[in-house]
Amino acid sequence: MAMLDLTDIHTYYGNIHALKGISITVNKGEIVTLIGANGAGKTTTLRTITGLLKPRVGTVKLDGEDIARHKANDIVYKGIAMVPEGRGIFARLTVTENLDMGAYSRNSKTEYDSDIQRIFSLFPRLKERRNQIAGTLSGGEQQMLATGRALMAHPTLLLMDEPSMGLAPVLVELIFETIQQINKEGVTVLLVEQNALMALSIANRGYVLQSGAIVLQDSAEALKKDPTVQKAYLGME
Amino acid sequence: MRQRFLNRINFTDIALGIIGAALVGLIVIGSFKTLAEGNYTTRQWLDFVVFGIAQGSIYALIALGYTLVYGILRMINFAHSEVFMAGSFTAYFAAVSMAKSGFLESNTIIAVLILFAIAMFTSTAIGVLVERVAYRPLRRAPRLVPLITAIGASFVLQYTFKGLYGDQFKAYPEIDTLKGSYTWGDINITKVQVVVILSAAFLMLLLYLYVQFTKTGKAMRAVAEDKDVAALMGIDVDAIIVRTFALGAALAGAAGILYAITFRQVNFFMGFIPGIKAFTAAVLGGIGNIPGAMLGGIFLGLFESIGPILFLDGLNVPAPYQLKDVIAFSMLVLVLLFRPSGILGERLSRTKA
Repeated sequence: MAMLDLTDIHTYYGNIHALKGISITVNKGEIVTLIGANGAGKTTTLRTITGLLKPRVGTVKLDGEDIARHKANDIVYKGIAMVPEGRGIFARLTVTENLDMGAYSRNSKTEYDSDIQRIFSLFPRLKERRNQIAGTLSGGEQQMLATGRALMAHPTLLLMDEPSMGLAPVLVELIFETIQQINKEGVTVLLVEQNALMALSIANRGYVLQSGAIVLQDSAEALKKDPTVQKAYLGME
Repeated sequence: MRQRFLNRINFTDIALGIIGAALVGLIVIGSFKTLAEGNYTTRQWLDFVVFGIAQGSIYALIALGYTLVYGILRMINFAHSEVFMAGSFTAYFAAVSMAKSGFLESNTIIAVLILFAIAMFTSTAIGVLVERVAYRPLRRAPRLVPLITAIGASFVLQYTFKGLYGDQFKAYPEIDTLKGSYTWGDINITKVQVVVILSAAFLMLLLYLYVQFTKTGKAMRAVAEDKDVAALMGIDVDAIIVRTFALGAALAGAAGILYAITFRQVNFFMGFIPGIKAFTAAVLGGIGNIPGAMLGGIFLGLFESIGPILFLDGLNVPAPYQLKDVIAFSMLVLVLLFRPSGILGERLSRTKA
């Protein structure tokens, strides 16, 4: 069943036509990845889903309801959380305060306590550093924080924008393992990545975005074997 | 090596260096001569200190309004000085009627609290109104545009009050209960100064606790860092901006009462000088930085209270105290020239990097 359904989305930055009629479907429980080169429109797609950008044409349906013209701050109440590009942590707030902001849309004190324990068991490093100013964390720790912060909102759909960016290979593997674990716990994931190989290895399905349009869509297995994908995104001849 | 070093220095650096050295020299020589002449007793110096702290607490309260708004919108709210004036001016009418009925003397504490409430409410209402009318429609405009509407809003408020209530100074009623002073050894502090310093300290503590520990306070800091990501957390950014304006305006209203009981007069133009002084204090502490505004306010108060006598009396400048505004505003120029990030600004940018 389609959880998120983008139909013929056109998004503009001023006069620049950034998304040229893309349609994407994410089913409940899936990991779907969006791969493509820099400037292909991956981040724009996520910003359109979260309401930071409004599409000029098209619908964004979440469980059947069109949310394309909702305000960004209402979207999280619908169950969508995002780990933004470049992590987007609040550098001057402490680790705990960042997690508090993730829980801004929640009201239950008892759930907050168990949620924060869950994040700390998922990322023990954050527990050690919970009173530290977030700007002083390493890149990997900041990625953990951004992910933990998004999970504090109890999303049913998690959008992740380039979680592997700027991280050492060991940390990239850790983050991808975490994504799989989060998915097993019932969170649907839409993953934007430049690291196509890693993304396709954990995803169920994938879309290839080029110059603001979807040029290919298939199961992750099939995409990995596709000659154009292998050439353009997996670095194989 | 030496050649490269010489090439890197340009004329501006040299000129700035010379000006800086000359000023430091002047200050050192002036202070030394003043102290050597010994025209002022310890008691007088301590009076300057107490006056400086009291004056500085008022600057600090106003400065917080500039800094809170700058922190979130990267914009100087130049109408803030009129927000301060509006609270003080409106509470004047209540003060007069309470003085006439004798309530001001019989129940001074309640009466002063009522004045605070009226001033803070009026200032908050006007602060929020200015945000709604003059700034919010321009959120995506170039930064210079809201600066111009700020000056426009400032004039509108000034001339509204002038039009309604005239341009003469109006005397705030004197409160007999607040006459007199306390003395400990050489320290002499008037009751009014006690009220000013304690109320300002209390309000600043409340503000600190609010920004540091409440959900809204944390959201304010989050919005100050990244509005888009804050919105993704479910934070209504516009609502937080309104609350920030309201908070700064309420503090300005309270400062208006403290100013009124200290100087006992109001006028449609009264906000201008304290407003610019408070702006100086905010820049001095590092604009956008809350403890910086508090520190900058107190520092500026002390500087302009002690500075003129200490630096200028020894240089035989006549009536140095009349130059206190010159000293305060020279400091604004000097801070902008030599340390634009302010006292606490530097540390902030270092932790961010």
